[in-house]
Amino acid sequence: MSRLILSRRHLIRAGAVGVGGLLLPGCDRLFENRIFRETIESAEDLHQATQRTLGRDALAREFSKADMSPIFRANGSREVADAAYQRHLQQEFAQWSLRVDGLVERPLDLPLSMLKGFRQRTQITRHDCVEGWSAIGQWTGPQLGPLLDLARLKPEANYIVFHCADLYNGRPYYESIDLVDAFHPQTILAWAMNGKPLEQAHGAPLRLRVERQLGYKHAKFVTRVEAVASLDGIYGGKGGYWEDNGAYAWYAGI
Amino acid sequence: MSTLEGHGTSAKGGDVVKRHRLSTRVWHWINAVTLLVMLMSGLMIFNAHPRLYWGEYGANYDPAWLKISSARAGGREFGYLQIANTRFETTGVLGLWEDPEGRTQRRAFPHWATIPSRYSLAGARIWHLAFAWVLAGGLALYLAWSLLNGHLRRDVHITRREWKLSHIWHDVKQHARLRFPTGVAALRYNVLQKLSYAGVLFVLLPLIIFTGLAMSPGTDAWLPLATQIFGGRQSARSVHFICAFLLVLFFLVHLVMVLLAGPFNEVRSMISGRYRLPPEKADTPEEQA
Repeated sequence: MSRLILSRRHLIRAGAVGVGGLLLPGCDRLFENRIFRETIESAEDLHQATQRTLGRDALAREFSKADMSPIFRANGSREVADAAYQRHLQQEFAQWSLRVDGLVERPLDLPLSMLKGFRQRTQITRHDCVEGWSAIGQWTGPQLGPLLDLARLKPEANYIVFHCADLYNGRPYYESIDLVDAFHPQTILAWAMNGKPLEQAHGAPLRLRVERQLGYKHAKFVTRVEAVASLDGIYGGKGGYWEDNGAYAWYAGI
Repeated sequence: MSTLEGHGTSAKGGDVVKRHRLSTRVWHWINAVTLLVMLMSGLMIFNAHPRLYWGEYGANYDPAWLKISSARAGGREFGYLQIANTRFETTGVLGLWEDPEGRTQRRAFPHWATIPSRYSLAGARIWHLAFAWVLAGGLALYLAWSLLNGHLRRDVHITRREWKLSHIWHDVKQHARLRFPTGVAALRYNVLQKLSYAGVLFVLLPLIIFTGLAMSPGTDAWLPLATQIFGGRQSARSVHFICAFLLVLFFLVHLVMVLLAGPFNEVRSMISGRYRLPPEKADTPEEQA
């Protein structure tokens, strides 16, 4: 009997805050149901398939200097605590090099000066954060595609993983993209932003730009580019820091 | 089976007639659930960055035309909604509220208005982006079906006579006096109903879907027009939010009208399709106007 009264009281209190009060606990519980959750999470595959069908090779919009944000907000890690990184930062990355390895015929160590020697692409694009804000900035760097061609991808390579120098909440940041995005002409490893070498807050010395996806895919402080067949076994296995630690979608085109 | 089946027959006030089509009823309830999920998960997504801008870009250093936040004045903390330069205090509801465990939270929308109830941008996006397919697919199917079976032409189409200001004004007065049509006339949508249903079906729902698409960086690449026609991605985001607000307004008016018109009969007609015609009154001279 007392249980009945309690549940009724509970119901009345829930009802008092309106439909939401009744609906919400239900929604939260529903979300914990594995089958329901996997079903609605699978919409991500539909998003990716739709976007790839309608605009596989489409270019992200590029803007003019007049369109740029007065201040480009830095987000995520703004500093890297690692001592080796700080030493490189002091030396303006003169002794630093980018590692390209994994499923490649020819692993590479590319110093920053060499990366600047490749054909450069400069693009003014809009950066859309998953939170909802946008900022427009200018990015300069070599395209990723020619670097991968130089290292010669093995046929079994399906994804490119970007390892980063920073820890976020104590865990290494990383991201990954598939080969469609890796060889997209606007996918660059930017070493300059708004005409100046990248600042630490924006991911010096290299930041991935993968313009048709949300901000968290644009890995900062990139130190190593690894070609892999599958994302299983790489860190948490879901292809990125936020994918592993926050249930964010791996395909972040919407 | 057709909507407003009693129309043109000998049915009179008090008779139970067939009203809404199956397609209308099924879509109505799927849509009711979907819109509620979209709204509440959308409010959670908004909580991640509770500021709205006009233009292509917009972030913390840029001026927001709307924001929900909290601040301190004279040792007291309060929540507020700011539109342009005007602040409305909203402590307890927006910007500063207590969660069920009694902890102070500084998110924009409170736990009872969001899905999930605890802050989770990732969780809200999973709900929102999955149900977006239900919303868009459902609307497309319903509109196509209603076009084919004549529902739009017969019941929603606004005739030239109904567009007359005098006719609309008459309807406004009838509504203000809470005088609703009786008998078979109750089966016909009046012009205010037609305007609101058409506004939701052809303006608000398509616009909220389109502005949702416009916010996707992937869509913006192959369909740049999606953002450009709104003057930029942040403008599209603002329009998306305004559409959601207008849909909530529609929902509230809709609920009030259902309550005034007789909730049992109205809800039954949307579930089983059976509707009891309101009895005619002897003294309704306005009916002839």
